Amino acid sequence: MTENARETMEFDIVVVGGGPSGLAAAIRLRQLVPQATVCLIEKGSEIGAHILSGAVIEPRALDELLPDWRETGAPLNTPVTEEAMLFLTENRGYTVPLLDRVMPHMRNHGNYIVSLGDVCRWLAGRAEELGVEIYPGFAGADVLVEDGRVVGVVTGDMGIGRDGEPGPNYAPGMELRAKYTLFAEGCRGSLTKRLMAMYNLRKGVDPQTYGLGIKELWEVPAEQHRPGLVQHSFGWPLDDRTYGGAWMYHFGENLVSYGFVVGLDYPNTWLSPFDEMQRLKLHPSFRSTFEGGRRIAYGARALSEGGIQSIPRLTFPGGALIGDTAGFLNVPKIKGTHTAMKSGMLAAEAVAEAMEGGRAEPTSYTARVRQSWLWEELRGVRNIRPAFARFGMKGGALYSGIDAMLLRGRAPWTLRHRHADNEVLESASASPQIAYPKPDGKITFDKLSSVFLSATNHEEDQPVHLKLRNDALWKTVNWDVFRAPESRYCPAGVYEAVDVETAPRLQINAQNCVHCKTCDIKDPAQNIDWCTPEGAGGPNYPGGM
Amino acid sequence: MKVLVPVKRVIDFNIKPRVKADGTGVETAGVKMSMNPFDEIAVEEAVRLKEKGIATEVVAVSVGVQQAQDTLRTAMAMGADRAILVLTDVAVEPLGVAKILKALVARESPDLVLLGKQAIDDDMNATGQMLAGLLGWAQGTFASKIEIADGKAAVTREIDGGLETLTLTLPAIVTADLRLNEPRYASLPNIMKARKKPLETIAPADLGVDVTPRLTIVSVAEPPARQQGIKVESAADLVARLRNEAKVI
Repeated sequence: MTENARETMEFDIVVVGGGPSGLAAAIRLRQLVPQATVCLIEKGSEIGAHILSGAVIEPRALDELLPDWRETGAPLNTPVTEEAMLFLTENRGYTVPLLDRVMPHMRNHGNYIVSLGDVCRWLAGRAEELGVEIYPGFAGADVLVEDGRVVGVVTGDMGIGRDGEPGPNYAPGMELRAKYTLFAEGCRGSLTKRLMAMYNLRKGVDPQTYGLGIKELWEVPAEQHRPGLVQHSFGWPLDDRTYGGAWMYHFGENLVSYGFVVGLDYPNTWLSPFDEMQRLKLHPSFRSTFEGGRRIAYGARALSEGGIQSIPRLTFPGGALIGDTAGFLNVPKIKGTHTAMKSGMLAAEAVAEAMEGGRAEPTSYTARVRQSWLWEELRGVRNIRPAFARFGMKGGALYSGIDAMLLRGRAPWTLRHRHADNEVLESASASPQIAYPKPDGKITFDKLSSVFLSATNHEEDQPVHLKLRNDALWKTVNWDVFRAPESRYCPAGVYEAVDVETAPRLQINAQNCVHCKTCDIKDPAQNIDWCTPEGAGGPNYPGGM
Repeated sequence: MKVLVPVKRVIDFNIKPRVKADGTGVETAGVKMSMNPFDEIAVEEAVRLKEKGIATEVVAVSVGVQQAQDTLRTAMAMGADRAILVLTDVAVEPLGVAKILKALVARESPDLVLLGKQAIDDDMNATGQMLAGLLGWAQGTFASKIEIADGKAAVTREIDGGLETLTLTLPAIVTADLRLNEPRYASLPNIMKARKKPLETIAPADLGVDVTPRLTIVSVAEPPARQQGIKVESAADLVARLRNEAKVI
């Protein structure tokens, strides 16, 4: 099919991605320029379907965006009432004392435990009331560039067969052309990646470093439910060289959000984030919450942990990067929603200004970010995540205590991120193997029954959306050196090493993919390219997730 | 020829339904909903009839909550010309739906009512048949092929021994089975156009229909969890387990 077969639609602004940053930007744009036409596309089958977060959110950005949110039914219903940070050994949990002092950024007073998917669904309703056109089920498959300026995106073709040829239901993608395009793809956006290469946006900044968050939603017996409780942990089961920890939030109607984040700069190739997440539930500090409960949903998503050292250039002719695809997460605070929303709002303001002045690049976005509380907040915590990479888990914890209590975030130095996450994996022979317990089917589970609870679906007859740049590299690098780390870090069982006794080869079960993007990040040779599958594919996270 | 296509908003087929903790029903809050897949097939068939020049107008109708509008917009994005939402918060039972459809048939005078053979949420498989009964029209259920000519519809149905073809005199009711067709994607341009197509909202009372439920749900429970399988060591072990544990030999 030639490009001419595509239909075209013109807008003032196209937003790619219906998460907190994209929706906040769309809302802000219509507030500032009510006559502007704003179109938002989302690859998930509905808004919220691909949203995965803890989530405790700070309402600061929401207060600024929609000050009436309390009266208009925003699903922020469980205020944080109680919180604890635990350091775990294998059998015990020690509460970190004086949490307010040693980890002031962790203070959750005034924050809410929410389902971020539900918050996004609500934001989408508000955006539509303001006249934003929202189209879920359509992925941004390509960037349209003309004379060096981004002029929109192309949505993915539908109905392409496994062989790459149009099938009987073929429907070509559509050109969504815009004066400005905002990329709000979330961590490691596939179009963002192309933009970064095209406009050299990462020049002069540190490599991005990531985490992988894996989450389960539980319904627990009422007597075990403590609404408003926020519990975090670090230490066991991870070793000192691996950054990460667990969260457990009690909210809503007997719901518990449990999850685990592992820094993707982990060195041990045998590590399985999924199995770490499962076995931690058996720890005495967690187990009692889950006894007699039932698991409702499961999912996973990568997040950007690099902070301001890793934020790329934010603008280019015709558009900007917003939210976690740029990397605005506040790591020690374990929050990125308020920062993502704020970045979207600031980009919207810059776009409104650029549009009025007829300028191609919304350059004032960068200055707006640097003058806002967003930058001040991220600047204050910039050394904490790299300190963990440098000094290990205990040393990093000590450093962050000193940084917070004595230096108050104003250290005269900035610790750099020295390596990309894919560069630090150590070989199979140099890494200690890890024996994970078998799932018990009550509190711990296997990967496949977990993926089932993400309600993930991809139209079966379509090209594989996880592409190896060089097929031969898998055997010589991934298998011979690292023994297929993708089979362990993928939380959805997409990658399987088969025929390992005879002629090892990689099997890609792309239909299981929950769109977490970890493979695109952690593959040692950067040989895996995550592309958008047919729109509406991927997980279908339910309300409450 | 006018075709009326009733469509239902149901829990999406990808979602594993979850029984509410109190056992009163299935959790629908925050759950992804979409068009009943059999109704999608019915819409597709109606649109194909229009594309072949047999049908002149395709009218989609749904009975349900405000959000059923989205389902009707999907039908229009697939090619239906306009839509009617019979708005009610009551979970209307098949008989209630059939009565509403009967009233709409009187208003719209379609030559064909084409609908899914059943909805995937309650699996009742009753609305089409009840409507045929109320109207006194011919019905062709579980259609895997429909051919329309000279005021008659030849409907092929899958039955136990093979295929059965019925000839119905129009107007008639046809319910769609899985193999009738493969529905098209609602393309983005068509979704955009569908937002401008007419969608009328009316209440059951406007049609003079009482939709008060006549059935009482006693309890709703999830099926028992399947026990995990085991690997037996030998044939003798298998026989022993069949005899002593399963007690089948």
